[in-house]
Amino acid sequence: MTAVAHHTSTGLDNRKLAFWMFIGSECLLFGSLISTYLVYQGRSVVGPTPEEILDIPLTSISTFVLLMSSLAMVLALAAVTRGDRRWSRVWLLATAALGMTFLGFQAYEFTTFVHEGLTLKTNLFGSTFFVLTGTHGAHVAVGVLWLLTLFVRSLQGKLGPDKAINVEITGLYWHFVDVVWIVIFTVVYLLS
Amino acid sequence: MKIGEWIARITRLRSRRSRLVSGIRGSAYNLSTVKDARIRHSHGSRGWTAALLLAAVAVGVSACSGEFPQSTLHPTADFSQQIDTLYRTIFWWALGVFVLVEAALLFVIIRYRERPGSPEPRHIHGSTLLEVAWTLAPAVVLVFIAVPTIRTIFRTDGTAPEGALAVEVVGHQWWWEFHYPELGITTANEMHVPQGRPVALSMTSKDVIHSFWVPKLGGKRDVMPGRTTRIAFTPDSIGEVYGQCAEFCGDSHANMRFRVVVDAPDEFERWSTGQLAGPTSVDSLSGPAQAGAQVFMTKGCLACHTIEGRSAGVLGPNLTHLASRSTIASGILPNDAEGLTRWLRDPPAEKPGSLMPKIPFTDDELAALVAYLRTLN
Amino acid sequence: MATSVMEHTPSAGLGARVWSWITTTDHKRIGVLYGVTAFAFFLIGGLEALLIRLQLSHSGNTVVSAQTYNELFTMHGTTMVFLAVMPLSAAFFNFVIPLQIGARDVAFPRLNAFSYWVFLLGGLFLNASFLVGAAPNAGWFGYANLTSSQYSPGHHIDFWVLGLQVLGIASIAAGINFIVTIVNMRAPGMRLMRMPVFTWMSLVTQFIIVTAFPVITVALVFLMFDRYFGTNFYQVAAGGDVLLWQHLFWLFGHPEVYILILPAMGIISDVIPTFSRKPLFGYAVVVYSGLLIAVLGWGVWAHHMFQVGLGPIAESVFAATTMMIAIPTGVKIFNWIATMWGGRIRFTTAMLFAVGFIAMFIIGGLSGVMHSSPPADLQQTDTYFVVAHFHYVLFGGAMMGIFAGIYYWWPKVTGRLLSEGIGKTHFWLTIIGSNLAFFPMHFIGLLGMPRRIYTYDAALGLDTLNLVSTVGAFVMGTGMLVFVFNVLWSRTRGQPAGNDPWGGATLEWSISSPPPAYNFSVIPEVRSRMPLWSENGMTPVPAVPPEPVHVPPGSFWPALAATGIIVAAVGAILKSLLVVLGGGAVLIVAIYAWALEPFEV
Repeated sequence: MTAVAHHTSTGLDNRKLAFWMFIGSECLLFGSLISTYLVYQGRSVVGPTPEEILDIPLTSISTFVLLMSSLAMVLALAAVTRGDRRWSRVWLLATAALGMTFLGFQAYEFTTFVHEGLTLKTNLFGSTFFVLTGTHGAHVAVGVLWLLTLFVRSLQGKLGPDKAINVEITGLYWHFVDVVWIVIFTVVYLLS
Repeated sequence: MKIGEWIARITRLRSRRSRLVSGIRGSAYNLSTVKDARIRHSHGSRGWTAALLLAAVAVGVSACSGEFPQSTLHPTADFSQQIDTLYRTIFWWALGVFVLVEAALLFVIIRYRERPGSPEPRHIHGSTLLEVAWTLAPAVVLVFIAVPTIRTIFRTDGTAPEGALAVEVVGHQWWWEFHYPELGITTANEMHVPQGRPVALSMTSKDVIHSFWVPKLGGKRDVMPGRTTRIAFTPDSIGEVYGQCAEFCGDSHANMRFRVVVDAPDEFERWSTGQLAGPTSVDSLSGPAQAGAQVFMTKGCLACHTIEGRSAGVLGPNLTHLASRSTIASGILPNDAEGLTRWLRDPPAEKPGSLMPKIPFTDDELAALVAYLRTLN
Repeated sequence: MATSVMEHTPSAGLGARVWSWITTTDHKRIGVLYGVTAFAFFLIGGLEALLIRLQLSHSGNTVVSAQTYNELFTMHGTTMVFLAVMPLSAAFFNFVIPLQIGARDVAFPRLNAFSYWVFLLGGLFLNASFLVGAAPNAGWFGYANLTSSQYSPGHHIDFWVLGLQVLGIASIAAGINFIVTIVNMRAPGMRLMRMPVFTWMSLVTQFIIVTAFPVITVALVFLMFDRYFGTNFYQVAAGGDVLLWQHLFWLFGHPEVYILILPAMGIISDVIPTFSRKPLFGYAVVVYSGLLIAVLGWGVWAHHMFQVGLGPIAESVFAATTMMIAIPTGVKIFNWIATMWGGRIRFTTAMLFAVGFIAMFIIGGLSGVMHSSPPADLQQTDTYFVVAHFHYVLFGGAMMGIFAGIYYWWPKVTGRLLSEGIGKTHFWLTIIGSNLAFFPMHFIGLLGMPRRIYTYDAALGLDTLNLVSTVGAFVMGTGMLVFVFNVLWSRTRGQPAGNDPWGGATLEWSISSPPPAYNFSVIPEVRSRMPLWSENGMTPVPAVPPEPVHVPPGSFWPALAATGIIVAAVGAILKSLLVVLGGGAVLIVAIYAWALEPFEV
């Protein structure tokens, strides 16, 4: 990524503006997935149903984990901005670790569901649930990879305050993925 | 002479009096004096115009004369009539707008084309008054289209009046199944309805999305698996009208045709009674036909087709009264010996993708089968 | 010393020259790549059309089989929409926008190259399906559940699903790129309401792309999962609804048609003032109507579904919204006519195509209003009437607008003019041919011929009209050949063009033809909407830069990343997880190399 910030018509960095556009696009992606989930709610011909199989207490914990990862992300950005090499690495790694924990919970949940008889193919709920949460999980995984990359760059001493914008954009992505999860958690789990 | 020079020469000849110099030589700025684009009354162009007009008239006359059995412009039911009235309203408004706007366009390109001595144009940037005017004017026209539209939507929404004849339509790849639940009739590819009585169609599909369309009777409605759609209409003229599937449904979408026969009320009674009667007993059939009955039972036909009292297959059309229909194979072949023979010899050749396989018949078997099928009145 | 786009460096070997094209990040070269590639696909789509028309020239014809015919009309539509019109517009976005706003390049040059390579490879992937006898065959809008593995066995639909998803990536990436470019990289003084209308309409189009493509992506992902993993999104037996596909598709599909037409409308909004020697009448209204069309365009999708039985209330609502959208569309037409009023019109080929656009679009727009009435539409939809409608707006509209743009900006791109004489032949063949081809279709549809049928009954009485239409198609084809000839002719015999062969008003005409690699030696300050037509409209741009201008280097990673994506798609066709993962690995490597590569704009 370029190190020099160029003059722009809005004063906003090109990369930041681009990323907001990307997030707008992702809103429609997740919007379509969530809408489909809602439209198909209650239309499965066979079980298991959401009420039977979703473990809200467990998923609340993983939701909390993901929320905490957003906090770690904010702290990571603050550390990079003030040039604090040590805490940059700590918080970046923490964010990634919390993200991986969330994914671990998801993997556990998915395998449990499969054992309890809910797969992609079983019914409408299986199809919509796994594709929606799976897409979200894939986004988290990409984010984790991205954070680990930044962590390695920091180890290499290449993540100084001049690169704060890269971390800021990473943060944008991470927070977005978190917000999407809040919506999914509400719609799929809490409103089931 | 190279082709490019030849083409350029022709176009230059046609704009002889123009000061246009084609791209072969001359400066780019001389392109500003193009004249050959406007309608010119030079020798050559008058001849071209006349020839084109004559051709257009000839085509128009030949195309508009003659029978159009699937036309939307010759309604023979209340549903199609409502649509036709609405369409004509919209058409006249559209024609009016077309004439006005194209005339304005034609006017400006002729009147304001560059000529020697044309003045440098005044730079006008806009006019609020004009913008308001030509925003409101189309809006008003659209109101005149929207109001009858909404009225017609509600009038033709598929709810049938009391006492309508109920017909269930099931679309299949690539044929049409018709049930009359109150009459207990099952048939295929040819629907009979009585003149003057409302008909209520409830429609669905056994496989993919199809569309039921009989232009003379009304608009189309898709038939979809897992859903029921409805059409209601009252036919007012006696006769046979053409229908065709209008939603792409696979290899033989083009071949998924059908007929609707509007009978006089007593004729309809006769048809219904005939449809309810069983087929002639096999023993009373003459030689080839009797042999044909055997062919039907032994060559696999019974797996897919129903002939009342003899077989109960449901994958293909009910054949109990096949001989009473004017066409076979969903409207693509005439219902005579030749048509039947062609079809039975090689169904996938007539209807690509057909689920009905090519069965190896001997010539005798085929002739016998055809003879049998022709007894199924 | 920087070299310009079209200069040949005879000293460089063929390999080096090819490599320079593969690694280019210059928006002008990428624009040329888009233009050449898209036009090649346009010719392929045209060939498919000619075969279709040949088959339909009379009833019961046997030029092609039913199966081949179904592949032909599917690929014709898919090719024209995704591989011809959209990328031809992209060619203009690429070449023209930075020049019109006074920028040196787009915001993300490598991402720009990436979009092109994904488009090229995606288009090749889609067409490779012909080579294995499995071209997509369920129509360009592939309705479920015909597209399920049960009713569409084989690879036909897999090619379609994967190909479109790949192309979507290219479009969204380019959309983001151009939004940032236009919003953030304008020259000083180039306020939004000073931008040329082409740039404005392109900006609006990018917003539509970025919001509409995710919806079709989701629809396609559902279909892909149904076909590959046995999910139930479009499975009726499991409680699924075939209409889910239609709603998702048309939520994308209707904004898509505005993606197809707005750039062309932008082109003629620049062409008409130039050749009328008058500013665009009602600039602000033309811009706002484009914005309004984009927004309203999200509220009309179900007018493609009037025949499914939405219910009278839904039908009335969508009829109303569809009629409403005719208003801003009509307003543009009136403003174009008012621009010509009182002008001094030069009928260059570009202007002929622009006027032809208006004439044809009026017809297409009016048949669209006929469709907006659900009861009338029940007789028109899925027949040749709607085929007439969309060809009038997409060919008579979008393509003719694009040809106007080609003739207009050709000298800027290549430094030579196309022949006006040959161009006029091209124009007349095109306008006569397209009217011959498409006007009869209104009648053919109203007289009862459904669309997407490989043959029709002689009893319908439609043989003559169909034959006329076929003749028209071949006249159009001849026109295209004449155009190709013009292109070849212009390479060596075309009049060399200076900076401003037409007397244009906008920034691109202030620099050389073709422009230097860095576009502007000095970024000008702009003080007017028509800088070249106004006193003191812009600060001068010297012929030679006062100090050296940094021109970014090329990069291989965009092409490699695109290759990774296509390898993954091929793996999906082969149902080989190994190949899919291999493609993914190539993509990841390319992304890292790209991110870590030193690259300064």
